Amino acid sequence: MSDRPTLVEMRGIKMEGRSDETWTPIIKGVDLTLQKGEVLGLIGESGAGKSTLGLAAMGFTRDGVRISEGSVTFDGIDLLAASAEQKRALLGKRIAYVAQSAAASFNPAHKLIDQHSEGPTQHNVMSKAESEADGMELYRKLRLPNPDEIGFRYPHQVSGGQLQRAMTAMAMSCRPDLIIFDEPTTALDVTTQIEVLASIRDIVEEYDTAAIYITHDLAVVAQMADRIKVLLKGDEVEENETREMLSNPKEQYTKSLWAVREFQRPQKPPVSTDATPVISVQGVTAAYGKIDVLHDVSFDIHAGRTVAVVGESGSGKSTTARCITGLLPPRIGHIELDGNTLPLDYRQRDKEQLRQVQMIYQMADTALNPRKKIGEIIGRPVEFYMGLKGREKRRRVEELLDQIELPAAQYFDRLPSELSGGQKQRIGIARALAAEPKFIICDEVTSALDQLVAEGILRLLADLQDELGLSYMFITHDLATVRSIADEVVVMKDGNVVEQGPKTDMFQPPHHPYTDLLLSSVPEMDPDWLSTLLAERGADNIGDAAVDKMA
Amino acid sequence: MNTLLWIIVALAVVAALGWAFRFAGQMVTGNKPYFRDMPYAVSFGFALGAALFVGGVWLYLQPPANEAGVPRASVVFWRWAVHFLIVAAIAAFIFRLLGRAVGTQASRKIFRQMPLTAAFGILVILIYGFAAVFAGLIAPYGQDQVFSAANVVPGGDPALGGNPDFPLGTDQIGRDILSRLIYGAQNTVGIAFATTLLAFVLGGSLGFLAATLRGWVDQLLSRAVDVLMAIPSLIFSLLLITVASAWVSGTGLTIAMIVIIAVIDATRVFRLARAVGMNIVVMDYIEAAKLRGEGLGYLIFKEILPNATAPLLAEFGLRFCFVFLTISALSFLGLGIQPPLADWGTMVKDLSAFINYAAFAPQIAASPLLAAGAIALLTVAVNFVVDWMLHRSSGLKE
Repeated sequence: MSDRPTLVEMRGIKMEGRSDETWTPIIKGVDLTLQKGEVLGLIGESGAGKSTLGLAAMGFTRDGVRISEGSVTFDGIDLLAASAEQKRALLGKRIAYVAQSAAASFNPAHKLIDQHSEGPTQHNVMSKAESEADGMELYRKLRLPNPDEIGFRYPHQVSGGQLQRAMTAMAMSCRPDLIIFDEPTTALDVTTQIEVLASIRDIVEEYDTAAIYITHDLAVVAQMADRIKVLLKGDEVEENETREMLSNPKEQYTKSLWAVREFQRPQKPPVSTDATPVISVQGVTAAYGKIDVLHDVSFDIHAGRTVAVVGESGSGKSTTARCITGLLPPRIGHIELDGNTLPLDYRQRDKEQLRQVQMIYQMADTALNPRKKIGEIIGRPVEFYMGLKGREKRRRVEELLDQIELPAAQYFDRLPSELSGGQKQRIGIARALAAEPKFIICDEVTSALDQLVAEGILRLLADLQDELGLSYMFITHDLATVRSIADEVVVMKDGNVVEQGPKTDMFQPPHHPYTDLLLSSVPEMDPDWLSTLLAERGADNIGDAAVDKMA
Repeated sequence: MNTLLWIIVALAVVAALGWAFRFAGQMVTGNKPYFRDMPYAVSFGFALGAALFVGGVWLYLQPPANEAGVPRASVVFWRWAVHFLIVAAIAAFIFRLLGRAVGTQASRKIFRQMPLTAAFGILVILIYGFAAVFAGLIAPYGQDQVFSAANVVPGGDPALGGNPDFPLGTDQIGRDILSRLIYGAQNTVGIAFATTLLAFVLGGSLGFLAATLRGWVDQLLSRAVDVLMAIPSLIFSLLLITVASAWVSGTGLTIAMIVIIAVIDATRVFRLARAVGMNIVVMDYIEAAKLRGEGLGYLIFKEILPNATAPLLAEFGLRFCFVFLTISALSFLGLGIQPPLADWGTMVKDLSAFINYAAFAPQIAASPLLAAGAIALLTVAVNFVVDWMLHRSSGLKE
């Protein structure tokens, strides 16, 4: 690789962001070199400056961000000194960008192929007809279903994974020298992600395109990149060839990133068969309107145990939670708490029944009232259920803040917006604990968090379970999370329970074919994992295609 | 034809100037990105702005009267406007400096980030509020006090038909206009404020209720609001006030007017509160509160309302202007605030005949314009403040 000519050269890049009338540094002097046809992975936590740096490689900054020092050269052209006209000739034609959310980036009012051919016709690379034909060719190469016809659909008529591939095709439409991928698979399910990864990798290789691949997922970057650069708070931590980096990380921070996935709780012994489960879901069928979305779902959750409910988006995990909480009364079946049947609708449940079932949400941002102080948020259930007031209430809130490992004096009077994502999630946990419940539903509580932070949350939940004897229903699509925290696993697909049992059984064959597909789709740190999997199963037996076959 | 030709020539000159400006900028600065990447439309805008500025200065410097001594209305009014603008800008600037120097940490921070327009708006609102509250103390005469000197010209200059005792002149039956303007602030602004408040209490709580409960409550309230909104509001309020006047009169009619306008305006507030409420109700923290077993009152006033204050406050400012203008319009039509109470709308109506003097006696024409100006000034001021609050609450930066 080292003998190839340099495509992008960034030297001593310093960038600043504007907040509250002052400029604060976001990137503190980073160098970046990219050779022709090379894929560089940029990884780091949110706020590390990955996306900002990636955009700067095309000479672009978001509003309120500026490049204060350094230089960016693309194929000998100084991008920071280039005029708007010069940049216009480069962007889209020689440099392209693939955004995280294709659904938000496509114009919903135009057909895919029209949006695809806009770049080539604007840059006079191809005529509209040629570009459309080329688009279909690219769709075929990216293994989209019905490549000749799919371009004539509107964005909302196509699934998320397909949109992401259509966007990659669009970026490819002028055969650029450089594509910047900004977390292209983060919003996708594992089985969809693997398909997108495979097709992106193939097409980048085929056209010898250089790419900057931005992600926070190590296993993904291991499949895609030739070299990896690790960023932390605007500084480069280290950079190396992918294999070297994976097998032999040098810096402490990189090692800690690598180690995140090692947290694993021992499996608890099975409960005695005659024990009354804390929560028992019995033959629940539920519907939105006239369409059934859950079909005869049954499982038990015992005291002090964690049951992980896994499945892809749309499999009915969250709907099951809504049935248990009573937000969506089941059409058939019922829920038992400690052997007693709960009223189906939450409005008919008494305070005591409501208190026993608490919930922690995926998005801590929307789960905490932005206008209330932390003390009020946690204090409300304390007052509401326990009847504590004044000093006693304050003492209890401080105790709870202590339990979630946040210093009470410092956080009591803060607003949620003054907290980081992980801290907000901890407040959500404290609010649930304040009710002193037996059972907590954790709905994707770690999926919006960085891996190090997520691990902290999982450890906290595990400790609280040991301390207070709580039962968890853990909704997740991340199998690594399941491996670390679950005692039992329920696999769901299309509103049905496909398989359930203790965790140890789950991760060993024989599986239900769907469980097998889910398990095999989770990227591993091994850089050969994707190639091996594709060789084993073939391109048609992964991802959505395989799911469709099963149905 | 000739005028059209002039406009075309002027535009062509401005267009050429715009091009020349950009070119000169590129030459002088050695092709700095600011001038290099400047779109032509922007440089044209600069040139047009400069041309308008030069035109304004030229008009200002013209003699205010022709050789025969007849005033030129355009020059006189333009000079008044420019003077007012300069005074207003200076006052707002000083007010903002003052706000930055005194007060708590938080209030100083607000003043530091405040644009001049918002400072001006707040200053005007404060002055109006002061005048409304202390009208009885600061007004030189009573609002219904009649003097023998009727139709005194504003300005207080005896040579032009003024009288130093009545700096803003007197109206057609000899009441002091300054005093009536000050009392008008009390009557018009006070009643408008009460009406808007009532409209918000009604519309806001019903709107949140509809958003939270949904179902048939929502349907019932929303359809009722649709029916009320389908009728043109000014005609509807005229009709209802006429109906009400069959039973009540005097103060009673004023109260009836407040209720009628409040109900009609509450429909608009309902729509907004419902729309804002719907976006808040789907949040997870509302779901958490519902699952906790919280009652309706807690949900609406403790969880939803604090998150809806920004848009509601902005709407309050705008709605206040509309209510205020409606009341002035009703008074102008003779149905609003009843004489002898001073009211700006009535004052415009009473003196409106003098507008015809504008071409040759700007001083005389000014007397109806004073009350109209008071209405316009408050409307502009409130909108400046509302714009600024919207900008702040939406988190837009520059």
